[in-house]
Formats: sequence, C-alpha cells, structure tokens
Amino acid sequence: MTPSTPEIVNDFEVRSLDTMCVNESQEQHPWWYNLKYLAVGLVFGIVFVKAEIISWFRIQEMFRLQSFHMYGVIGTAVVVAAISVALIKKFRIKTIHGETISFTPKKFNKGQIIGGLLFGFGWALTGACPGPLFAQIGTGALAVTVIVLSALAGTWVYGYFREKLPH
Amino acid sequence: MSRCENLLIGFFANRKYNEMIAWLQQPWPWYVAGALIGLIVPALLLLGNKHFGISANLRHICAACLPARIPFFTYNWKKEVWNLFFVGGILIGGWLAAQYLSNPAPVQVHPALAKELAGYGITDYTGLVPSQLVSWESLFTARGLILMVGGGFLVGFGTRYAGGCTSGHSIMGLSTLQWPSLVATCCFMAGGFLMANLILPFILQL
Repeated sequence: MTPSTPEIVNDFEVRSLDTMCVNESQEQHPWWYNLKYLAVGLVFGIVFVKAEIISWFRIQEMFRLQSFHMYGVIGTAVVVAAISVALIKKFRIKTIHGETISFTPKKFNKGQIIGGLLFGFGWALTGACPGPLFAQIGTGALAVTVIVLSALAGTWVYGYFREKLPH
Repeated sequence: MSRCENLLIGFFANRKYNEMIAWLQQPWPWYVAGALIGLIVPALLLLGNKHFGISANLRHICAACLPARIPFFTYNWKKEVWNLFFVGGILIGGWLAAQYLSNPAPVQVHPALAKELAGYGITDYTGLVPSQLVSWESLFTARGLILMVGGGFLVGFGTRYAGGCTSGHSIMGLSTLQWPSLVATCCFMAGGFLMANLILPFILQL
C-alpha cells in the first residue's frame, strides 16, 4: 500500500516547508546505533520532569506572566544551543562518525503564523508541547495517551488538507 | 584507627549521597534545566547530524501507520526512526524521574493562579498533571474533553502547519538564527496568551 522508496518531490517538500526535525545524515547504520538517541532522550525526559516543564501549572503561570521559570528555561536553552551551534560552525566540527554537520535554512510561510497560533491554543489547553506529552505518559499519567492520539489525528488531518490550506 | 577513619569517611560519603539525592528530588532551577536542554542541540548534531525536534514524530507515526496515499505521509519514515528512539527515551526518562527522583511535596503554584483555579474547583496539586483535568474520568466531562481531545488536536495540527514545535522552532530554529522560527515562536506565545487568559476561563467553568 505504501511506496517504501522516498519520492524526490516529497523530499523537496520536506525541505522547503518542514526542514525542522528532519534527518540530515547520509550514514547507514544498524538499528541499534539509534540507542544513542534514546540515551539523549532519557536525559531530556528526566530534565522535563525535574524542572516541572511537563507541569500544566507551570505553563499556565507562563501564559499569565506569573512566573519566570519557563522563560528562564527556554531562554537559557536558546543561548546555550546558539553558542554550541556557533562553535560547531566556526570550527567546522564533524560528527563522531566524521560526517559534516549541515544546517538547512528555513523558509517563511503563512503556516508559521496560522499554525503557530493554533499550536499556542493547544499548548495553553493541554499545558504541554509534544515532548512533555511523552514524558507525562512516562510519569504514569496514562490518560495523556488520549492527548497524543488526538495530536496524531490533528497531524493526519493537516496532511490530508494540506494542499487546500494557505501557505 | 583506620576503622574509625573508614567509618568517618563512610558517614560523610553517605551524607553527601543523601544530600545529593535530596537535591535531585527538589524541582530543578531553570538555569540547570535550560542549560541541559540547550546541550541537547549539539549532542544530537555531534552524534549523527540530527536536528532537534519532537513534533515531527507525530508525522512519522502517521507515515508509518496510516499514510493513506497522502503525499505528506509518503516518504521514507524509516530514515527518521532515530527521532522515535529519541522520544522513547523521553518517555523512559519521565518514568525514571517519577520512580526514583520524584518530589514528595505538592506542586508549588503562584497564589493568584491557585486562587483562580480554586474558582473552577481545581484544588489537587499532588501531580504535575492535574488529575481533575487530565484523567480518564475527566474525559467524560465537557471541559476535560475539550482540554484533552481538542487541545491535543490543536497541538498536532498546529505544530505540523507551523513546521515545528517548541523544540524545532523555539530552540533549534532560534539558536540557528532563523527568523521564520522567531515568527513561529511569537505566534506560539500569542496563541497561548489568548487561550490561557481569554478563552480557557470559559472552558474551565464548564
């Protein structure tokens, strides 16, 4: 039912509209090489819970300007990441497998405004962005799977109507 | 003498260990969390030229499970499997933190927020996820249904329409100095402010 080979046209679409979150590597490795990403995710998950980023209450405080916490977290993260990226670019640091690290420029489209606002609504409602949703399930809040399933439905519906939506 | 020393060292080491665990159990400050999250960006780049992002996983799952010949979902999702491992790690990390490092004290909330929430009958601060809003029972109430099903749908639809979420745009995009990501981040915040202050109060009253 599904073509297993990637289509060039679609790869272009992946790049032009959705460059974030896309695998840039050309390397072919056995599946267990992916466990290193599981390890990074593990640290991330612990930080999510321990810094209360997954807390519905913290998100509500953020959107009511009642707490600096979330602004501090995101601000520090951006600064640390920006310095790291600048260093990687300046010294042309390669991956541990010797591959060149690449960056794809992101193009502007109306989706960043309309979709951004819609995601903002969802963020304030659920009190979580996609990452924390998975950490919440891990902490035992199993009802959050309903939110994830609904988010999958939202993603699917977007894919279905994508050609008709303004971009 | 040496036994005495050993006991002393043992005592202090044990105290240090207990102190460390107690420190880890407290909510971590924003600068520790922010720095660790920021370091995920170079970690993923150095480990395999991977770009930090989470919401794309929802797309990969759609592509894997229900592509339905929609062009947006017909691509080689197996190449993106690393991202699913990453999210699997987040889930396990959440479990580990809850199991071994959980904070026994109730969640601290700004008094103004606590007062506002009490007006809607939300008084349970035992968990980071308020069980009075997000739970199986809550799914059968109007506000729970809107929050969980409606909110989830908006998260999935909105992030894909915007081409990323807080991680892909606000952290990865901003740190690589991409102005479209700044536009997206401003819109995330604007949407959140509108919902939390103007619309959510009516939903919570239901």
